[in-house]
Amino acid sequence: MSHFFRLPRLSWRFVPVWQRNYLVWKKLAIPSILGNLADPMLYMLGLGYGLGSLLPAVGGMPYLTFLAAGTVAYSTMNAATFEVLYSSFSRMHVQRTWDAILNAPLTLDDVMLGELTWAASKSLLSGLAILAVIWGLGLYGNFWMTLWIVPVVALVGFCFGGMGLVMNAVSPSYDFFLYYFTLVITPMVLLCGVFFPVSQLPSVMQSVSAWLPLTHAIDLARPLVAGTIPHDIAVHIGALLIYGSLGYIVALGLTRRRLLN
Amino acid sequence: MLKVRGLTKKYGDTAVVRGLDLDVQRGECFGLLGPNGAGKTTTLRLLLGLIEPDAGSIELAGIAVPQHAREARMKVGVVPQMDNLDPDFSVRENLLAYGRYFGMSKAAVAARVPELLDFAGLASKADAQIAQLSGGMKRRLTLARALVHDPDILFLDEPTTGLDPQARHLIWQGLRRLIGAGKTIVLTTHFMEEAERLTDRLAILDHGRLVAEGAPRGLIETHIEPAVVEVFGEGLADWTGHHASSLCQRFETVGETLFCYTRTPDTVIGALKHAPTLRYLHRPSNLEDVFLKLTGRDLRD
Repeated sequence: MSHFFRLPRLSWRFVPVWQRNYLVWKKLAIPSILGNLADPMLYMLGLGYGLGSLLPAVGGMPYLTFLAAGTVAYSTMNAATFEVLYSSFSRMHVQRTWDAILNAPLTLDDVMLGELTWAASKSLLSGLAILAVIWGLGLYGNFWMTLWIVPVVALVGFCFGGMGLVMNAVSPSYDFFLYYFTLVITPMVLLCGVFFPVSQLPSVMQSVSAWLPLTHAIDLARPLVAGTIPHDIAVHIGALLIYGSLGYIVALGLTRRRLLN
Repeated sequence: MLKVRGLTKKYGDTAVVRGLDLDVQRGECFGLLGPNGAGKTTTLRLLLGLIEPDAGSIELAGIAVPQHAREARMKVGVVPQMDNLDPDFSVRENLLAYGRYFGMSKAAVAARVPELLDFAGLASKADAQIAQLSGGMKRRLTLARALVHDPDILFLDEPTTGLDPQARHLIWQGLRRLIGAGKTIVLTTHFMEEAERLTDRLAILDHGRLVAEGAPRGLIETHIEPAVVEVFGEGLADWTGHHASSLCQRFETVGETLFCYTRTPDTVIGALKHAPTLRYLHRPSNLEDVFLKLTGRDLRD
């Protein structure tokens, strides 16, 4: 039992797994990009202009800007989560692609690192698309500052990719993922300051929110959009790294038990 | 090429593989036979270092497994029991992608692709999607995929299960070519015909233990009488009661059929002439008879 949960041994062999996913994605890149990006963008623009025109400054900035900063993190989270839940599950459980790869000189550590880095890459694209809208509409305070959002987005993708892999490891079927969305992702969207400032919440919920990874992602992204330096940078980066790494390590142990038993 | 000593794997209190010893020489085709649940697939997974044994040692192509499983798998090609070709790729892309997992450059794999497609008889299907292939084509592609890195040894887990006779014969031809080219092959099967045709030597596995090992013909000669007369029809019970023990060296009744194992089939057939209600089938005994004798006739689910 315990030997399933030894620490990962990382190697560069994960690269062909990333590449495999990239090549498959490339075949359907245009519809995939549109499908992934249109949704968050529509929400952001619709709510941003619609609700925004009714609201005074929110969190010290126009509502559209406030929402755009939240959407960068939210959209990245969603893209990474969908990738490691539905797509990774297809490859692991339905298509048995992982089994085929494991007969080559790759370990499950490599395969899952490939999946994680791929999810982070793909979600980076989602985050960048929102960032492009922010640039296009001039919603930023300082252009150069917004460039820091790029590594933040990559880190957010890593974080939620790692967390989602745990669900992938324990799921019997696609239906199971609905629990994760209903019990984890949706509450997080509402508690972490995507649509409204966390300070509007009752204090109990605020203290819960402080522990959630999306809060840390938004606490980094929002000041960078507004053109100020985020507070407690190390804490936020640390939290995202810990959630992602811990997710990967736990998911690896659980998946070893699932596949290599 | 493969040396296994005292290999043991337990799940909870149940030992699935119990103290297995195996030796496979370079260039040999070795069969691992056994009913469902005998431990064949578990053994292959142990040999590849995918699961860890509770006891015993494995040396694959001179490399200790599972300690250096990664290096050992570089030298092995695997045809798994269940097709796991990549449905998101075409036939050619499947080979290219698989080569990359072995660290091969795109040029190196691409140079091998025509030869592999030719071997699989899929040259005209290079750009087809996997879903468009028949079961036999998928198997052949899986076999070609296992050869992409030119391995020294091939593991095939029930390579022809679920195929029609035409497709099965094509796979056999492919395997014969590989044997001719000097590849070492380890295959599991429960088709006795397949084992008899292909393997130089085989081991029969039951409940995780080796129950017999040797060349197919040798096993038949050692373990069983040379001929079988299968008798069935009305009045079988009577006839069995009166004649079976005197005419057959060994016999068993399974359902409505008497299996009479004998060195003198002519005597049995002569006696059957006097029982016109009975029908019979006379045939040389085969590996399946050995298999059933050693592993019993009970269903394994």
